[in-house]
Amino acid sequence: MELGTLQIIWFFLYGVLIAGYAILDGFDLGVGVLHLFAKSEEERRININAIGPVWDGNEVWLLTAGGALFAAFPPVYATVFSGFYLALMLVLLALIFRAVSMEFRGQIESSKWRPVWDLAFGLGSLLPAILFGVVVGNLLRGIPLDENGIFTGTFFGLLNPFSLLIGILSLVMFVKHGAIYMVLKTDGELKDRMKNIASKAWTVFVVLFILATIYAFFEAPYLFEGMLSNALFWLFFILLIGSIIATPALLLKENEWKPFVSSSITIAALIGVAAVGMFPKLVPAIGDMSRSLTITNSSSTVPTLSAMLIIALIGMPIVIGYTIFIYRIFWGKVEITEESY
Amino acid sequence: MEVLLSRIQFAMTVGFHFLFPPISIGLAWILITFETLGWRRNSELYIQLGKFFGKLLALTFVMGVATGIVMEFQFGTNWAEYSKFVGDIFGAPLAAEGVFAFFLESGFLGLYLFGRNKVSKGVHWFSALMVAVGSTISAFWIIIANSWMQTPAGYVIRNGRAELTSFAEAAFNPSTVIRFLHTVDAALITAAFIVAGISAYLILKKRQTEMMKKSLKIAVIVGFVASVLELFPLGHMHLVQVAETQPAKFATIEGITETSDNVPLLAFGIPDSETRDVNFRIEIPGGINWLLSKDGEVQGMNEFKDGDLPPFGLAFIPFHLMVYLGSVFIILMLVSVFLIKSEKLYKTDWLLKILIGSAPLPLLTNQLGWITAEVGRQPWIVYNVMRTKDAISTNVSTGEIIFSIVMFGIIYILLFGAYLYFLLKQIKQGPEEIIKEV
Repeated sequence: MELGTLQIIWFFLYGVLIAGYAILDGFDLGVGVLHLFAKSEEERRININAIGPVWDGNEVWLLTAGGALFAAFPPVYATVFSGFYLALMLVLLALIFRAVSMEFRGQIESSKWRPVWDLAFGLGSLLPAILFGVVVGNLLRGIPLDENGIFTGTFFGLLNPFSLLIGILSLVMFVKHGAIYMVLKTDGELKDRMKNIASKAWTVFVVLFILATIYAFFEAPYLFEGMLSNALFWLFFILLIGSIIATPALLLKENEWKPFVSSSITIAALIGVAAVGMFPKLVPAIGDMSRSLTITNSSSTVPTLSAMLIIALIGMPIVIGYTIFIYRIFWGKVEITEESY
Repeated sequence: MEVLLSRIQFAMTVGFHFLFPPISIGLAWILITFETLGWRRNSELYIQLGKFFGKLLALTFVMGVATGIVMEFQFGTNWAEYSKFVGDIFGAPLAAEGVFAFFLESGFLGLYLFGRNKVSKGVHWFSALMVAVGSTISAFWIIIANSWMQTPAGYVIRNGRAELTSFAEAAFNPSTVIRFLHTVDAALITAAFIVAGISAYLILKKRQTEMMKKSLKIAVIVGFVASVLELFPLGHMHLVQVAETQPAKFATIEGITETSDNVPLLAFGIPDSETRDVNFRIEIPGGINWLLSKDGEVQGMNEFKDGDLPPFGLAFIPFHLMVYLGSVFIILMLVSVFLIKSEKLYKTDWLLKILIGSAPLPLLTNQLGWITAEVGRQPWIVYNVMRTKDAISTNVSTGEIIFSIVMFGIIYILLFGAYLYFLLKQIKQGPEEIIKEV
């Protein structure tokens, strides 16, 4: 296959990995944030057991996305990860605590011990939910790069108003997604509360989304160039708007999985719209767009991209197959049993 | 300064991470033994053994996951120049590890731990098997990546970077297969010693003796076979491979000072890092030539420029300690296996105590082996291709690296304390807790 084709395929596949991570670990992060506001020990156990068997597989999407970025677009991996050094160290700190908190929490039954790990679980989810958004915000807006494609900004430069807005947008989106997931996993009064939180988060999400779109129009106008004549843009845009409108209506109905699917489509379509705007750039260089890292100047070679494609084509269908198999087994409401956390 | 700091950070984070995966890999295979016996013989004792050691696996696995994410990020954060230079080759195995291994082990571990009452016995057994298979495949891919740094192949230097010419050659470079076998066997030893130590402790405490006799028996058999294999043929083959492909490393870890066609094997010696000489030598004349089955010359450290050799003491000492400890493992496990038949294994208090005390030792040999491999590769990050000093991120400040070292240092000390505490707590609780629940 030609280099140009492979580069486009890998841009697309990278988007799929990011969307897979955001949809799957997105609800884990959302549930973690909701955990901070849980009202009883029972509710906290339900939260943790709702994601207990699956969170760790969901996080693998992040690891795989990291590996795939390293393999397909090494300079992007190098620039983004070294440029966002402190932000990513904080993400790591949070993810480490989040991972162990669920396991450690249940080890000791004590009213002093558990709140510590509940807090670690909550903050360990809150921080990545915001920071991932901040990273995306900076990538949409562009970051300062020198002529060798090396990041020249600072940590505090990453905390600009636009990126912080995207950070909050991402947090709210994951909270909404997490609450909708919990609707699937709970019953009775708790389920009603989750529905209520989901619709409130939805409202905030819509307001922030509109704000962010207007802000982006001024902050990153390049994203909108040629958009109206792009068929893919319209596809994602219609999915995005359609799913946003559908979600609250579906939440009012009996069927529980439709709102979740709708919320997942919102996430995927939002990433799709952003990706269409950025294409073929992966890291836009603010100030001088000619320094941007793109799929053409930053990709690996044909042998590597082909080998990776084969790995993805063999591996991912199997992964998706057994992931569905495992999800089906844990389908339905959380039951606290002897094996639970 | 930044190079040193980034190296300290990498050594610290990967060293800490590398405590856990060998336990998980080995323990998963021992668990599948328990689960198979429990399922096929319908034996409650083995099922409970599965549950008991399954809890330890869950705790260990989560530590491996938590500390493993750091590794996936760190090449980019601290080693950006390296990442750009080798990304065409090095990234693919990391991605493949995610696709072929991490999804498998994490997905099925969830099913194994939480699904015992939700799926049939066969499916539950299969989930345990997938955890073992997945964790082993994970070792395979990460060792491909690491072995490429040791013995790069299947590439060409073009456009200022290493570009892949053959995926198969890069993946199956000269050291991949032997290092994979050496490492997975080390994982079996690690878990065997831990299971043996825990079983010995509970037998001494006269708790669940019948159940613990079974796990002790399986553990010492696995431990014995794996320890013997680790020395011969695996250790030997690995050493021959190092001699052929990384002569500077070989000369340093074996303490070969002069090139000769009759090189003695140092059974003992105190290395002098300044002069690259060895004091208090106990040598076996011609031993190295005999080991390598080689009549011709073997290169000594005198063949290489000082700037092309790894640090002496830091490579020589860990290597020798690893070999000594490995030999002790064989003797200990041989004695234990010998006493199974007469049942003396379960009654000999001093032996049980030694088994308890030596339970963590393979964790030490894992670290020693890893130090030997990675320090022995210096001053190269990719052997004879890229120097470590040229590999770091140029835009990350000293302050940022120090911040992250301190951050990881504090977190890891806390995590390790908590891990040990819970591990010991679960062991002290013993399987009774599980039986009670059923």
